[in-house]
Amino acid sequence: MNETVKRLKCGIVTENPTFVQMLGMCPTMAVTTSAINGIGMGLTTTVILILSNMMISALRKVIPDKVRIPAYIVIVASFVTIVQFLLEGFGPSLYDSLGIYIPLIVVNCIILGRAESYASKNNVWLSMFDGIGMGLGFTIGLTSIGIFRELFGNGSIFGKNIMPDSYQPVSILILAPGAFFVLACLIAVQNKVKLTKARKAGEAISICEREDGCASCTNTLCMGKSYTMESVMGIKEKPDKKMTVGEALKEKSKDKVKEAEDNDREREV
Amino acid sequence: MELFLIAVGAALVNNVVLSQFLGLCPFIGVSKKVDTAAGMGGAVIFVITIASAITNLIYTYILEKLDITYLQTIVFILVIAALVQFVEMFLKKMVPSLYRALGVYLPLITTNCAVLGVALLNVQKSYGFVSSVVNGFGTAVGFTVAIVIIAGIREKIEYNDIPESFKGTPIVLLTAGLMAMAFFGFSGLIK
Repeated sequence: MNETVKRLKCGIVTENPTFVQMLGMCPTMAVTTSAINGIGMGLTTTVILILSNMMISALRKVIPDKVRIPAYIVIVASFVTIVQFLLEGFGPSLYDSLGIYIPLIVVNCIILGRAESYASKNNVWLSMFDGIGMGLGFTIGLTSIGIFRELFGNGSIFGKNIMPDSYQPVSILILAPGAFFVLACLIAVQNKVKLTKARKAGEAISICEREDGCASCTNTLCMGKSYTMESVMGIKEKPDKKMTVGEALKEKSKDKVKEAEDNDREREV
Repeated sequence: MELFLIAVGAALVNNVVLSQFLGLCPFIGVSKKVDTAAGMGGAVIFVITIASAITNLIYTYILEKLDITYLQTIVFILVIAALVQFVEMFLKKMVPSLYRALGVYLPLITTNCAVLGVALLNVQKSYGFVSSVVNGFGTAVGFTVAIVIIAGIREKIEYNDIPESFKGTPIVLLTAGLMAMAFFGFSGLIK
């Protein structure tokens, strides 16, 4: 029981996919033009995440290690297709406004990331709660960004006008450039928090090693080829096959810190 | 003329990255230097053009014939994954010079949502074979233009004094936002 609550908390707060892990940025930027789109996309992803997590966890002993990524993709794609038809039948207006981004949930890195890092190692029950937690975390992220953009870009929330008439909407916020600006500020705030924490702890300050956004999770999908990790992400040692993306990133940041220290030393000399 | 409009529309007016938010991952991840960005762009042009051709053929001659178009998402993603692997093997064997130039980027493209996105858009807009290929090529060129420009800007930004919390991704996204505004200027190009 304790563990399930922990999974939920982990997904919604400590490892929130939008605000902490910065995963699935493509749908985040594309569909958050209004709060209702954000919540729709979030819940759709949640359903698929729960189902695929459960299925992958149930099949984790059956799927051979070498073909696990294609197998995961097929499972996820099947669920996406099912959910897409359900949505088309029961929520046609949402289906129209999300459009091509529904089938593109297949390549959403949150889903394959959870499959690889959690569902393939844990039992069905826990994987389900992991899916619920991560999905809700993603939904909260998308909805709050959607509310922000809709409120200031259109003067409304969930389609209801709430700003006074004299308010002039900043309509660039609901256009494409607005998505980039909002996200940039969001990551800057996150960096600020990280910096303050690191300063307090007296640790070496190293931000911006996450310049890759969801490129990091592309690595889960390049069929276990480590050379792409090395050359694209600049990791020096050949990582273990089992190394997860998070670990790879940590490794990389260590290298960077070391490099920075070396540079400082040279300068002092 | 219609084909030309499709190509220009895909490359500039509805730029994949800047107005449709597809393929953001490599756009931010592989845009630190102009030559790597150009390499990635080359690989994307190569793969998306071939992928649009093949997914279009599969859709018209297999999925529609057997009346199983509802399987398109599953089929397309598997075809694209297999295609990337195949292209990689083919280049390694037959055109080693091109392989050395694009090799590293090819596996990364499998999950570039732009590839799947273009394949699905081609179906959605019910493009024929030639229009699909042109649309795919135009989209990929648009991606390359965007990634090369941002890589050029990033090389310059390196030497600027940026507020600490805006270093890294945030400044790249801000730049991309300004670029997206600039690309709005193209929207009057096609009515």
